[in-house]
Amino acid sequence: MILLAEHFVRAPQWTWYILFYFFFAGVAGGSYVLATILRVAGDPGDEPAARLGYYIALPALVLCPILLTADLGVSWSRFWHMLIDTTPGETGLNFKYWSPMSVGVWALLIFGFFVAVSALDTWARDRQGRAQGLLGAGLGRIFSIVGSIVGLFILSYTGVLLSVSNQPVWSDTWALGGLFLASGLSGAAALITLLVRYRPEASFSLERLRLADGYFAILELVLLVAFFATVAVAGSAGRILPWLPLWVLVLVGIGASMLGVRRPARLQASGESAAVVPVAMEATVVSILVLLAVLAIRAAVIFSAQ
Amino acid sequence: MAPTIKAGESYGFFTDTSICIGCKACEVACKEWNQLEGNAPAFLDSFDNTGQLDAQNWRHVKMLDQVPDQSITSGNGTAWLLMSDVCKHCKHASCMEVCPTGAIIRTEFDTVFIQQDVCNGCRNCIAACPYSVIGMNQQTGTAHKCTMCYDRLQAGKQPACAQACPTQSIQFGPLADLQKAADVRLEALHTQGVTQAQLYGRDDTVYGGLNAFFLLMDKPETYGLPNAENAVLPSRNNIGGYLGALVTGVVAVVAGLVAFRRRGAA
Repeated sequence: MILLAEHFVRAPQWTWYILFYFFFAGVAGGSYVLATILRVAGDPGDEPAARLGYYIALPALVLCPILLTADLGVSWSRFWHMLIDTTPGETGLNFKYWSPMSVGVWALLIFGFFVAVSALDTWARDRQGRAQGLLGAGLGRIFSIVGSIVGLFILSYTGVLLSVSNQPVWSDTWALGGLFLASGLSGAAALITLLVRYRPEASFSLERLRLADGYFAILELVLLVAFFATVAVAGSAGRILPWLPLWVLVLVGIGASMLGVRRPARLQASGESAAVVPVAMEATVVSILVLLAVLAIRAAVIFSAQ
Repeated sequence: MAPTIKAGESYGFFTDTSICIGCKACEVACKEWNQLEGNAPAFLDSFDNTGQLDAQNWRHVKMLDQVPDQSITSGNGTAWLLMSDVCKHCKHASCMEVCPTGAIIRTEFDTVFIQQDVCNGCRNCIAACPYSVIGMNQQTGTAHKCTMCYDRLQAGKQPACAQACPTQSIQFGPLADLQKAADVRLEALHTQGVTQAQLYGRDDTVYGGLNAFFLLMDKPETYGLPNAENAVLPSRNNIGGYLGALVTGVVAVVAGLVAFRRRGAA
């Protein structure tokens, strides 16, 4: 018999806008972090894939505040109240380190700066055909690493935000932050793989992207087990079961990613030299499955409590 | 007689459910004073057609059917548990803890109040409130709940619900006075053999103490209230959540470095 944990709380009705915000925050943070790792630790041949990562982060991040603002409904024009306390007589900056939503808004603002500068820097490198960017080699590297630390926060804080509540499932586990982080990185690797076809020189990194995706998927699987275990111990497993199809999709995505560790797939179709690189069908399918899994895991978690 | 109300003192409600008759005068008075339109009546499995506390219902008389399925015999007909539910105005308020805008404040009367001109409708407080008190007003796009009639307190008047209650099941006053009255009432009930009577939120075991506390005739869970063990704040998960993310982040970065490590030109 599955017992429900003792929760008497009302659901906050966080639905589609928040789901897609979580998705794009994961993609933006993951792409930026992967791009930095590619640039800092990879071969010179990984630079095109790194640039792809910095480019992906920009539009993904631009969507985030739009989705968050839309979620406020008729109060959309008060989004800035997250940053500035407008209480009469106590006006000032709003920052509550114990409230992930408050910290997250500031992190989003700061990450926006890093993403915008890195995208501009990448554009300048592409335009001038230079290896070094606007900030120079040393400073540019430090800038990207600091930005990636903020990116890792963006990847994970959405999960922590859910946990810091009194909602069933969400507050019954410590694993959501890590789970969203691993899932976001996996999704970013998949998206870069998918978009390599539009940047032929980035195909150098395809195999490594697949390998990295596999590692992230293993991490995600471990955290998924921790998530199910903690929720089951709390007695909230019954709320997860109705979303079984989404969990199956998550497992399919994780499985597809993990195949890359066991058996590196043929990633690039042979015999082509066009501007658009034909990526092998298998890699394309895997990438799409992984991205669907990134969306599915967030949907399953968000909807389980509501 | 209504107490003299002064800023800087703690005020609250003591709701004695043992003498609630379920007349809903509190609900009506609350709606009248606060100009709440209310929702369409819900036809539920009892005399309760309000359903729940939300943006339109800041008082809700819970009617819990305790009538045995078998025919009632002498001495076992407890029948109904009636409780006029309301925002608890917790000392350690979950809603206030997570609110990112600073809209939720403690007033000069030590009550928890949502500033409507500051709230931006993020609904984080709804996810946090363990009593399912707060609701969204779709017209204003902001979170609403009992204000303990803040405007009346400022004018030296007691809240509308307490004034309207015909049995004094809802008592309003300085918190210390209410706590003393509750202790006396509990002792009287226990002396009469009503041993199941218990106070909820009178001491600090539930969210540091509730400014709106209750005398219950059954265990808290029966009324949909978390017991002391389950009365936990959202921030309890900050350390575990961030620690899990930090460890995962470190492992993931190492995994990325291993996958992308420099191998020389291909």
